[in-house]
Amino acid sequence: MLSKRIIPCLDVREGKTTKGIKFKENVDIGDPIEMARFYYEQGADEIVFYDITASSDRRDIMIDVVHRVAEAIFIPFSVGGGIRTLEDMRRVLLAGAEKVSVNTAAVQHPRIIADGAQAFGSQCIVLGMDVKKVGPSEKIPSGYEMVIHGGRTYTGMDVLDWAKKAEHLGAGEICLNSIDADGSQQGYEIALTALIGENVNIPVIASGGAGNIDHIHDVLTEGKADAALVASIVHYGTHTIKEIKEKLHSRGVKVRMHW
Amino acid sequence: MIAIIDYKAGNLKSVERALKELRFPCRVTQRIDEISNCERIVFPGVGAAGKAMADLRQLGLDKVLKEAFAANKPILGICLGAQVILERSEENRAQCLGIIQGEVSLFPQPLFSEQKERLKIPHMGWNGVHLQKQHPVMEGITPSDEFYFVHAYYPRPDSDNYVIGTTDYGIVFPSVIGHKNLIAMQFHPEKSGIAGLKILRNFCTWDGRHVE
Repeated sequence: MLSKRIIPCLDVREGKTTKGIKFKENVDIGDPIEMARFYYEQGADEIVFYDITASSDRRDIMIDVVHRVAEAIFIPFSVGGGIRTLEDMRRVLLAGAEKVSVNTAAVQHPRIIADGAQAFGSQCIVLGMDVKKVGPSEKIPSGYEMVIHGGRTYTGMDVLDWAKKAEHLGAGEICLNSIDADGSQQGYEIALTALIGENVNIPVIASGGAGNIDHIHDVLTEGKADAALVASIVHYGTHTIKEIKEKLHSRGVKVRMHW
Repeated sequence: MIAIIDYKAGNLKSVERALKELRFPCRVTQRIDEISNCERIVFPGVGAAGKAMADLRQLGLDKVLKEAFAANKPILGICLGAQVILERSEENRAQCLGIIQGEVSLFPQPLFSEQKERLKIPHMGWNGVHLQKQHPVMEGITPSDEFYFVHAYYPRPDSDNYVIGTTDYGIVFPSVIGHKNLIAMQFHPEKSGIAGLKILRNFCTWDGRHVE
């Protein structure tokens, strides 16, 4: 039977990893290739890189990082951040990533999902969704609104509508990030992941809020997530990937235990 | 030299990188002379069966693959490369290579787990393989090893004789198939960590023989 995936997320700025706490005050914690290799050896099932380099003329640094990561690890990895065009996607995929994730660009130009799926296959296209809880209203019936630009801009779009639309356009997976929970270490937004997980037929990666292993357990069971993104909890050494998996396994969650 | 067949189908570099990590000389190529002269062939691929077959035919590689099979050259099919070796695919109603008798089918829907949860299509992520028989390329693989899958279609050979390993995803489907000097797997060994690299290493030293 399919295993639930544990996916460390590395934020990368100008070739160095950081961990953003609510997208503010990033601190450098190291080399992305070394960290990727470390998590690979620890049993990570996949790795997500998020390029938060501000200036677009420094983006080539990320392509170089992707090349080097691809030589260092033999599990899938995806790259997001700053992907705006088909050509951006092509460069990242050719450099060795399995998947690319689009977020703001997809909200602004949904066709990039369809075009990307057509050109490279749905399995390559991850829709990143940044979400804020706003409470149910006529315009946002689910009570969760899509935000872009790292959480600074409200879009007026309901997350459930957007998730269904993106699936229809050809997204192969959804990475669902709760801006409210991100960096809080207070637990994933379970109701949100369950809502999306039950209503789309593509895998959902839960993101934002992991502070302990119970949080991860809960989002993979109650939250119906197919995978859990982890950041601070592993970057700051609170738990290793191995500890997380052993605990999940002992509580009956199917995870890959042999690597 | 190991030829990694390039027919415009997806990320071939990851296979090349994995073989380089294992220090086996290899080359991504679509040149008929290079493929004809190589010692063994890796036949990867991601994408749709119809386009893959059209590209293979246009490049003349359908014939080259069949000749290599007939010449007892070890061949490793990966993902789409484990599908188009059958006779036909439900995907795009494609006529395929026919090296192994049978067809490629879409997962039935809806699909449910033993816990009655609805399963998503494509089958994406890590899953195990139950070996149905021994094979030199699968040597050292245990029931607890898992492999990375991404697919909506799966190979269905006509005979169980071709089935080397199976995987559970709502149904039990053949995930490793083989015939003579050909072995093919639905998952990506190049993206399946140590267990996957073990399979690639086994393939790179396999003489192409095994008892069926």
